[in-house]
Amino acid sequence: MLYINCPHCGMRSQNEFSYGGDASVKRPELNKEVSDQEWDDFVYNRKSLRGKHLELWQHVSGCRQWIKVERDTATHEIFRTFKADEEVA
Amino acid sequence: MTQAFRIENGGLINREKKLSFKFNGKTYFGYEGDTLASALLANGVHLVGRSFKYHRPRGFFGAGVDEPYAVVQLYRNGETEPNIKATEQELFEGLEAKSVNCWPSVNFDIGAINNFLRIFLPAGFYYKTFMWPKSFWYRIYEPFIRKAAGLGVASTKHDNERYEHKYEYCDLLIAGSGPSGLAGAYAAAKNGAKVILAEDKPRFGGSLLTSDVNIGNQSGKDWADGIVAELKTMPNVVVKNRSQIFGYYDHNMLVMSEKVSDHLPSTKKYHPNKRLWYIRAKEVLISSGSIERPIVFGNNDTPGVMLSSAAKEYLKVYGVLVGRKPLVFTNNDSGYETAIEFKKHGVDPVVLDSRENPVSEIIDEAKNLGINIKNSYVVVAAQGYKKVKSADIASISENKKQLGKIENVQCDCICVSGFWTPTIHLASQSGNKTKFKEEIDAFVPGQSKQNEITLGAANGVFSLEETLKTSFTAGSELSKKITENDNKIAIPNVVEKKSSQHDKFWCVPLPKGKNYKRFLDFQNDVAVSDIEIALREGYRSIEHVKRYTTLGMATDQGKTSNLNGLQLVSEIENKVVPAVGHTTFRPPYTPVSIGAIVGREVGKHSKPTRKSPMHSWHEKNNAVFVDAGVWLRPRYYRRGNENLFEGSKREAKNVRTNVGVCDVTTLGKIDIKGPDAAELLNRVYTNAWLKLPVGKARYGVMLREDGIVMDDGTTTRISENHYHMTTTTAQAANVLSHLEYYLQLVWPELNVNVVSTTEQWAGAAIAGPKSRDLLQKLFPNSDVSNEGLPFMGYMEGDLFGVKARIYRISFSGELAYEVNVESDYGNFMWEKIIEVGEEFNIQPYGTEALSTLRIEMGHVAGSELDGRTIPFDNALEGLVSKKKDFIGKRSLQRSAFIAEDRQRIVGVVPLDKQTSIPEGSHLVKDDKAPLPNPKLGHISASCWSVEYDNPFSLAILKDGKNMIGQKLFAMSPLKNKVIPVEIVSSHYVDPKGERVRS
Repeated sequence: MLYINCPHCGMRSQNEFSYGGDASVKRPELNKEVSDQEWDDFVYNRKSLRGKHLELWQHVSGCRQWIKVERDTATHEIFRTFKADEEVA
Repeated sequence: MTQAFRIENGGLINREKKLSFKFNGKTYFGYEGDTLASALLANGVHLVGRSFKYHRPRGFFGAGVDEPYAVVQLYRNGETEPNIKATEQELFEGLEAKSVNCWPSVNFDIGAINNFLRIFLPAGFYYKTFMWPKSFWYRIYEPFIRKAAGLGVASTKHDNERYEHKYEYCDLLIAGSGPSGLAGAYAAAKNGAKVILAEDKPRFGGSLLTSDVNIGNQSGKDWADGIVAELKTMPNVVVKNRSQIFGYYDHNMLVMSEKVSDHLPSTKKYHPNKRLWYIRAKEVLISSGSIERPIVFGNNDTPGVMLSSAAKEYLKVYGVLVGRKPLVFTNNDSGYETAIEFKKHGVDPVVLDSRENPVSEIIDEAKNLGINIKNSYVVVAAQGYKKVKSADIASISENKKQLGKIENVQCDCICVSGFWTPTIHLASQSGNKTKFKEEIDAFVPGQSKQNEITLGAANGVFSLEETLKTSFTAGSELSKKITENDNKIAIPNVVEKKSSQHDKFWCVPLPKGKNYKRFLDFQNDVAVSDIEIALREGYRSIEHVKRYTTLGMATDQGKTSNLNGLQLVSEIENKVVPAVGHTTFRPPYTPVSIGAIVGREVGKHSKPTRKSPMHSWHEKNNAVFVDAGVWLRPRYYRRGNENLFEGSKREAKNVRTNVGVCDVTTLGKIDIKGPDAAELLNRVYTNAWLKLPVGKARYGVMLREDGIVMDDGTTTRISENHYHMTTTTAQAANVLSHLEYYLQLVWPELNVNVVSTTEQWAGAAIAGPKSRDLLQKLFPNSDVSNEGLPFMGYMEGDLFGVKARIYRISFSGELAYEVNVESDYGNFMWEKIIEVGEEFNIQPYGTEALSTLRIEMGHVAGSELDGRTIPFDNALEGLVSKKKDFIGKRSLQRSAFIAEDRQRIVGVVPLDKQTSIPEGSHLVKDDKAPLPNPKLGHISASCWSVEYDNPFSLAILKDGKNMIGQKLFAMSPLKNKVIPVEIVSSHYVDPKGERVRS
């Protein structure tokens, strides 16, 4: 069970969180003309990375904040975590 | 019964307390503190089971967790459990156990014929034999294998035992209470660290219980007792025996199974049988010790052949002689320690040492005691079927290839020591890259991946002095990092005998003309010849060899067999052992009861049960409940001998003619506040929200980004910047997360707060033509006329002193209202509605009538919003704004979603107006068409229309828009029904929606 550093609450076990997928996906702006390809990439197409992956988790049984977690998908090592509005450098 | 093999004094058992127990139906006696194994051995019982494949007689090989043979079926307090190691099971009064894998009895086992057929049962036998013909698999091969496989039988009864889960956090977790674990725990505890010390056996001390050493001028055992006693008094230390750490998972999470009650005749009241600990440790000290390795020789599985360390443990801990004419076969000094113990108890052992001329303090002591020692000698084969009667022994050449003349010597047990294998399972599970240590011919932990350190014998260090030194230091250093205390601890003096180098000899060659089975894996009957076959057939990877031959599999996970298997592979392949590598160590280290893993989450506790504030009223009024997600909801309120069909029909009809009340507390409710609340709703819902006036409700549909309908419900504008959203019962949690996602990540600029208020409000839906009359009586001071409170209107009211929210919304299609009060007043509200409603013939109605009413009206619910439909499919395209953008809008342009013949909701009526159509039935054009008969749609919901008194269903049908009036067939292969049907509008009742506005 992973041990995730919630930027709001501190170290908490994985069972307090739910997974939210790739954090690098950006929703196209509202009312913007979007090509089929662009929309498909947003809705469906995801990389299946081996290694460092920036992903979303929600602390559902805690502060209910969505956070970003930088995790190695092969080793489960967690490098850094970020608040939803934090820019990831 | 006398315990003929129990010595008169000594051991750590309680001779004051005699216990009786049964094995294979026969009664024996032992003492408190015995294991089932030690008690049986005290009674001279060596035959305890039959082997897995050949059904060869099996006895005891070890004295603990490494035991490969002595697996029994246990009976305790009316329950039975398979797969119990007799060497781990503590004796209690009235214990009953039986041998497994033998029929009709362990003494006379029909399956033993396999032993004589063994030439036909080599490695890969099953793979090669049970392949053809294919049709034989289910009927013949699989049942045969199932019957032959497994050790013991799982109970089919409900398990009445209780199992608990516990979560714990600590600074330092220590696995194993031998010298290393005790030293590490003590040093860390003295620095104030929060320490958990776990020992799988009942007694603490590990090797100190049986070794002849001195620590700080005390015996090793006394020193251990002193340390444990002190640790137990410290508030920062948890000391647990009978607790096996069996898994090392990510981020220093370890899982431990504590046997709370297995050593007792029955579980004490309020106690669990087992407790599973999830421990998150900052640091882990693995002090799991080592397991003695066998030397491989002919018939080395005969009962009476056992590890020399086990023989010593039976003698020193349990006061039991495993034989009176022991032969000790060793390649190192450990065998001598066992021989010395025998000699001290008046038994004359013979020691065969494969080494030519070893010299050490221990060997000198053995010589001084007059023990008969034969150097450069080996056991070629054990003789005897159900028990060792003698041994064929011979001298061996220096290169270990040539055997001398074979002699036969009488003996009743053979104690074998092939040196020690560090227990690296936990370290390896943590991700540690293990390395091969030449000096000890075994793998030890290497580079750590997580915060763990392995010390003592588990790290291949067999000197007590060094073990204590490194462990005290590690305990100090690790805890200092955490607590910043640095209490110096004097490392005690150690007196131990120095050992000489062991002999890298592990397998006795076969004598000319003999074809003895030489077993590597005792639990799975894997012999040297099986590995040879696997390699000859081209298996190279050790993982493949393992799976082909089953080497190292099953419940002992190869604790005694792995290294010898690797030695053999490397020898045949002409490689070094590290080049062959070891198979992956996976949790659990030892078998764990499924009950312990499941914990308390069984039966109705497998998920939470949520009840509305009116639940007790429903109970008192004969509600028949149904699970709705985690909620319990009344399905109908039974009157007299009514069944579900009759009851729900009566309730639905009463709504259509008079007035009914339904508990709708379970609906999800979300409070939305902030200046941008309307903008959020406008982006989340498909329809327009910016112009909704205060005091008005609106029905809305929300989509996922892929265009599929996610949920529907009404949202009401309570005040300028305050909205009350309702969701379906099932989607409440998902919708909240969905809103939070967009507010926190996608549109953080929106100034809105959302919070669940599902539990804060109790809700009652009042529906039927007389509902306004009732409402007026409930709220005499409010104007609830059609003008005062129009359809989709909202107002606050005073319900006999309780503040209430009144929404004029309808799910039933009738004139209807929903009244909400704070949850604590829910029951009060309900009782008032029933009381005041009496004059209008009010009846409560349950979910079944609720469904009937909405199906007749063509209102969609979960069975249509099933994660596969878009707004059009549900005839909701009128709610899809063309002017504004919203979540999922772009997806609605997908070609499949705008296809001419897109599926759509329709009504379905059986032609005979009698036969109910099973939900899930497929709609087809031709009921006689050959399979696969093209499916045009499916029945999503069915009811008995109370309006027309005939069956009515909803369906999602291809090209549904143009199918009205068509005749099709509803086919349900499950119910074996073919029903001719007509397709009608989904709005079966009141298609213009006049009633809700009346």
